[in-house]
Amino acid sequence: MFDASILLSALLNGLTTGAVYALIALGLTLIYGVLHIINFAHGASLMMALYGVYALKERWGIDPYVALPIMVPAMFLLGYGMQRLIINRASHGKDENILLVTLGLSIVMENLALLFFKSDTRTIDTPYTLSTVAIGPEMAQVMVSVPKLVAFAGALVVSALLIVLLQRTDLGRAIRAVAKEKQGARLMGIDVEHVYAMCFGLGLACLGAAACFLLPAYYVNPQVGNGFVLVAFTVVVLGGMGSFAGALLGGLLIGVVESFGGLFLGESLGQVGIFVIFIAVLLLRPQGLFGAKT
Amino acid sequence: MTKLLKDMVSIGLFVWTVAFIPVLTQSGVTLNFVMMALFACLMAQAWNVLGGFGGQFSFGHALFFGTGAYFQAIAQISWGWNPWVALPAAMLAAALVGAWVGALSFRYGLKGSYFALVTLAFAEVFRIVSLSVPFTGAGVGLMLPLNESWTNMQFGSRAGFVWLILGLVTLALCVTAYLRNSRFGAYLQAVRDNEDAARAIGVNPFYVKTWATVLSGALMGSAGAFYVQVFQYIDPGIGFGSHTSVEALVGAIVGGMGTLWGPVLGALALHVLADLTRNLFGQMPGINMVIYGAVLVVIVMFLPRGIAGLYPHLPKSWRRYD
Repeated sequence: MFDASILLSALLNGLTTGAVYALIALGLTLIYGVLHIINFAHGASLMMALYGVYALKERWGIDPYVALPIMVPAMFLLGYGMQRLIINRASHGKDENILLVTLGLSIVMENLALLFFKSDTRTIDTPYTLSTVAIGPEMAQVMVSVPKLVAFAGALVVSALLIVLLQRTDLGRAIRAVAKEKQGARLMGIDVEHVYAMCFGLGLACLGAAACFLLPAYYVNPQVGNGFVLVAFTVVVLGGMGSFAGALLGGLLIGVVESFGGLFLGESLGQVGIFVIFIAVLLLRPQGLFGAKT
Repeated sequence: MTKLLKDMVSIGLFVWTVAFIPVLTQSGVTLNFVMMALFACLMAQAWNVLGGFGGQFSFGHALFFGTGAYFQAIAQISWGWNPWVALPAAMLAAALVGAWVGALSFRYGLKGSYFALVTLAFAEVFRIVSLSVPFTGAGVGLMLPLNESWTNMQFGSRAGFVWLILGLVTLALCVTAYLRNSRFGAYLQAVRDNEDAARAIGVNPFYVKTWATVLSGALMGSAGAFYVQVFQYIDPGIGFGSHTSVEALVGAIVGGMGTLWGPVLGALALHVLADLTRNLFGQMPGINMVIYGAVLVVIVMFLPRGIAGLYPHLPKSWRRYD
């Protein structure tokens, strides 16, 4: 019923969109997997990062990809400070309080953006925003946009870096120890509060990277984060909490499902596929498709 | 006095006092404020039944809100029902959705954040479906035809709506009083505090939690139906959007979960705060919500057990009501 090139195009489109979902979900899975909290402020933090990239480009003419070494540390510091100074202090170790605090923070961030940037939807102009490359065999060539391809590569690099960090460094070992057994880790001399804040910082640093890759082909407004939150949670659950490889594969899978759902069911109903998968995974395989049974 | 009698007396006093407000003033602004505050109380109290007493954190109470709202609208527009008949039916519809979601989630043993996420996802599925199918009016939404009369539940003044929502809040308070004083309520709180221990002494957690979802859903559904009657309009974003879920849970948690008056106090305090900041800083979009969010964080920071958590700190002579 559909031309092969349309299907291939939907597949590639889904994979590249999915890579961005994966980047956003990487940060979330780190926070969720270690701190075991639902970070309601994740979408708003992404929105802040997008405005950061936007402001750098508009004010000082810094290209989004050049902004990477600025945005990633900046978001890391924001995350570290937020966890250490606000979330940790306000939560008193209770889940429902963490939830309320992150919710309050997201309300503050969203409305600060509204205050400073108004509710207009903004985009940036780069020489490569609309450029495309042809991919595929001679008969069924498909055009893919360059920024999306870069985002795809970026997602792979970031997840590889995170896996190396988690498996090969002392910090990674400490993070894994805290995720498994908080009290035991504390008794071994690990500064649990510091590890928590590092996780939050790293989680937001991923968003900083995601924002740099996302903005050339996307837009920003104060509500832009909301659309990504539930998708990111879906990816996290699908891939198994705290699993980076799972988040990457889950993100790609969700991107493809959304793309094909949109092709076969129409744009708005296509998204239902994501949530149906989400509910089914939660009910039937809550450890995620790639997670180990605990 | 028994605890139940005390609860009922305090509910009676509250209702008696509030019921007189529309008699004392005709001011539309005041009555509108009272109505919207009671509306927030109803949602917080509905969430409290499942979240506060059952310990099951729902992020998707908009699911029940939207179900009640759409049922109320569709029953009148498409089937020609009288709204007074449609209201209990809308609550029943929301209760059925609660039974379905609750049974499905608890059958598969979802707890904590997993339950929160699954309710969030169900609300989102309902939102997208209502955005796409014709009988909910898709993205355009549904408009209730204007036909002012008591029999049509469209009162000429705000006073009628204040009494209507007061009636629904009273129902929610009575459900809460029932949970505080009944065997079922004791089971529910036992499951919340320690599910394994509750199971060991013969409580069926699946049954108890599912029924709590049904009760909570029915109350939230009544809030949705009320919304449609007041504003005569519903669309997928209003019905199933996450801000409704958030408003319900924030009111209950800020007020104090698992208490009779906590959600009422919390919803009222947040409503006053939102109103105040809107009036003070209305000309600068965003700043009022920045303050609202910051105050929310501060409340959580300094009142970790909600406003009702202050109660044991009151001077002893004030604490008649224990």
